[in-house]
Amino acid sequence: MVSTTLLYNVVDQSEIETSTRRLGVLLPRSRTDEEVQQPKGTPVKTRRVFAVVTALAFAGALVACSGGGGGGDNNGGGGGDSASNCENEIKNPDAPVVTLWAWYPNSELVVDNFNEANDDVQVCWTNVGAGGEAYDKFQTAISAGSGAPDVMMVEADRIATFQAQGALVDLKDLGYEDVKDNFSEGAWKDVSVGDGIYGAPIDGGPMGMIYRTDIFEEYGITPPTTWEEFEATAQKVKDAGGPWFASFAANQPAYVTALFYGNGAEPFEYDPANEGEIGINLNSPEIKEVLEYWSGLVEKDLVGTEDQFTPEYIAGVINGNYATYLSAAWAPGYLQGAGVGEGADAGVWATAPMPQWDPNNPIAINWGGSAFSVSSQASNPELAAKVAFGVYADQASLDDGWQNQIIFPLNVNVLDSDEFLNYEVPFFSGQQANKEVYVPAANAYKGMTYTPLGQYYYSALTKQIAAINDGQITGSEAADALQEDVVSYAEEQGFTVN
Amino acid sequence: MTASTASPMTKKGHRRSTTARQNLFGWLFVGPFGIIFLALLVLPIGFALYLSLFQKSLIGGTRFVLFGNYAKAFTDPSFLDGVWFVISFSLVLIPLQMAVSLAIALILDILITRFARFSRLMIFMPYAIPTVIGALMWGFLYSDNFGPLAELFGIFGAQAPDFLSRSLIFWGLLNIVTWQWAGYYMIILYAALQGIDPTLYEAARIDGASQWQIVLRIKIPLLTPALLLILVFALIGTLQFFNEPKILQQLAAGAIPDDFTPNMYAYQQAFSLANQNYGAAISFALGAVVFVCVYIFLFATRKRGSFLS
Repeated sequence: MVSTTLLYNVVDQSEIETSTRRLGVLLPRSRTDEEVQQPKGTPVKTRRVFAVVTALAFAGALVACSGGGGGGDNNGGGGGDSASNCENEIKNPDAPVVTLWAWYPNSELVVDNFNEANDDVQVCWTNVGAGGEAYDKFQTAISAGSGAPDVMMVEADRIATFQAQGALVDLKDLGYEDVKDNFSEGAWKDVSVGDGIYGAPIDGGPMGMIYRTDIFEEYGITPPTTWEEFEATAQKVKDAGGPWFASFAANQPAYVTALFYGNGAEPFEYDPANEGEIGINLNSPEIKEVLEYWSGLVEKDLVGTEDQFTPEYIAGVINGNYATYLSAAWAPGYLQGAGVGEGADAGVWATAPMPQWDPNNPIAINWGGSAFSVSSQASNPELAAKVAFGVYADQASLDDGWQNQIIFPLNVNVLDSDEFLNYEVPFFSGQQANKEVYVPAANAYKGMTYTPLGQYYYSALTKQIAAINDGQITGSEAADALQEDVVSYAEEQGFTVN
Repeated sequence: MTASTASPMTKKGHRRSTTARQNLFGWLFVGPFGIIFLALLVLPIGFALYLSLFQKSLIGGTRFVLFGNYAKAFTDPSFLDGVWFVISFSLVLIPLQMAVSLAIALILDILITRFARFSRLMIFMPYAIPTVIGALMWGFLYSDNFGPLAELFGIFGAQAPDFLSRSLIFWGLLNIVTWQWAGYYMIILYAALQGIDPTLYEAARIDGASQWQIVLRIKIPLLTPALLLILVFALIGTLQFFNEPKILQQLAAGAIPDDFTPNMYAYQQAFSLANQNYGAAISFALGAVVFVCVYIFLFATRKRGSFLS
């Protein structure tokens, strides 16, 4: 279409007609005047009526278009979704509705469970995409001042960013006390900013070292317990012509941040009570040590440098390109969803605790995990808070979540139950992974400090990891560059950097 | 447009009301377009311009800074590196793309077999594939595990180049864009070639011109306006580079950072970092860069006589 109109500029009209006729299928034929003209003898009046009708039809279509986007809001929820947009069925149409955005694979079941158990409130759930996609939409709705759901699934590392914009409601007086004992201190810290509680914790990501028993047997190695052993083992496998030992991925800054914490680093200090003050220690000795260590592994070609979670990477995992996968408790669910553990690699997976820097003083780390936050656009925050704390909190939903390894629940009632502890995880060939690896890691986890700079920090860290993987800079230089980059952003955003 | 509707109505005395009616119909016809144009183009641009005059920070809120954001953009290494990238990308891409499409158009113009028609369609085809799908497809073709490259190079015992790595992403993207657009430009050139009067060739042949001389002395000079048009389109399109890198970022976040091109940087600022103001300023700054580049180019080629004047 575009091409015909553009062509008018190049050559004159008659030329176009000859050429388009010759081009045949490739270009829409430009109509000649005879075709456009009304058949002879048509009364002028008819033509005029025709013209008016056409114009009106156009105008009508326009109105229809603009009306469609607005979205009716007849349900008491602040969101742009009317009840008819729900992906789930509302069980009790008379009750007020709270809108919810979430992307758990079993969201529908979880929401149905909630709606059946509650008469006084119903959840209207929409899946607007996972992770970044959903955050971009939420962010846009926040900036626009309307269109956000009442309750939003948010990963812990995003909470501070949204909180700083006043997009989230403090849940401290909205039911926090009732469920306080259901979660560990670390779990609450991850959803807190300063003294405020900005989310109901649902699931976490205690980390372990997932490894392939077939590769470990082939090269006669056992799971390393320290990073020193990790490197020595990786070298041994490589010298014997084996695969990479792990991967250091530029697109997983949250994973690399967890590795920082594993060495006792405290990248940020942030308390919104001290208005505008922030501590940034991205070139601390601990972080430099971690980055130097990994840049060393990359340089010696002991680890892969591909982006994670891409089809390419998954193919590599199935293929046995990596002896280990340092990841969180939710990884088996994700990997199985992507087809890992079904073919030739079935029954080869096992898990072990993360390697440590100082085995006498082990540090448990966490990657990922989500919460339900109440958006400040919620018209009824109390009701929304009830949903945030109540949805995905019942036994049936939690059981479905952890038995299918969709989530690693943070609710201590589940964590402490014998059933959960002794569960023989099929993906790990019946290994009691919860008892051996993940529950101890979750219990020992102290929480991280997230800041409103999180988004920018991740983007900046990705750049530095890419530079390390490219062999352009050392780990130490990367840490310095990262510090400089993030500090200048923080200052530009009005923070006082300590 | 309105002339044919009312031309038979020229009775004396009715003239004035006829003109009014003509105007009315004119407006009715223009109306739908006008509304869309105002609502979806003029208004958003005006609003973006307004936004770009404010500075928003996480602490301290929003304040009026006039052109502060623009001053910042033109000293921001992320923006400047992005601009430099798209300019250098254009410098390689556009000549390559034009050479490829011109060569194909000239060959297809000479051939009149059925095969030529089929080739024309096939070469045009990539343009009909949505950018997103094209980029995803090439992402797979470049893949070490799924793509043909690894096997192809494996035959010779060589390691396949990784076009999604930091060092080769430039060429990886170059290939995708050329593949997608060369066919489209070829059609424009081909159409223009069809418009050339064949008697010119006849006269040239009678004068003893060879096929090469016809191409170099007649066809290419007469194609100049079309070539200039392509060049300007390609320049504007490439300076606004967004789709392909944004899609490939899913596969190669390390090689394609968030500030890879100015448009991606504007997207990051507006939608990930909640800084619509700076995002808007970057967009306008990019607009200025595009304007300057196109102006320089048009000024340099002003004697060739062209489509815009």
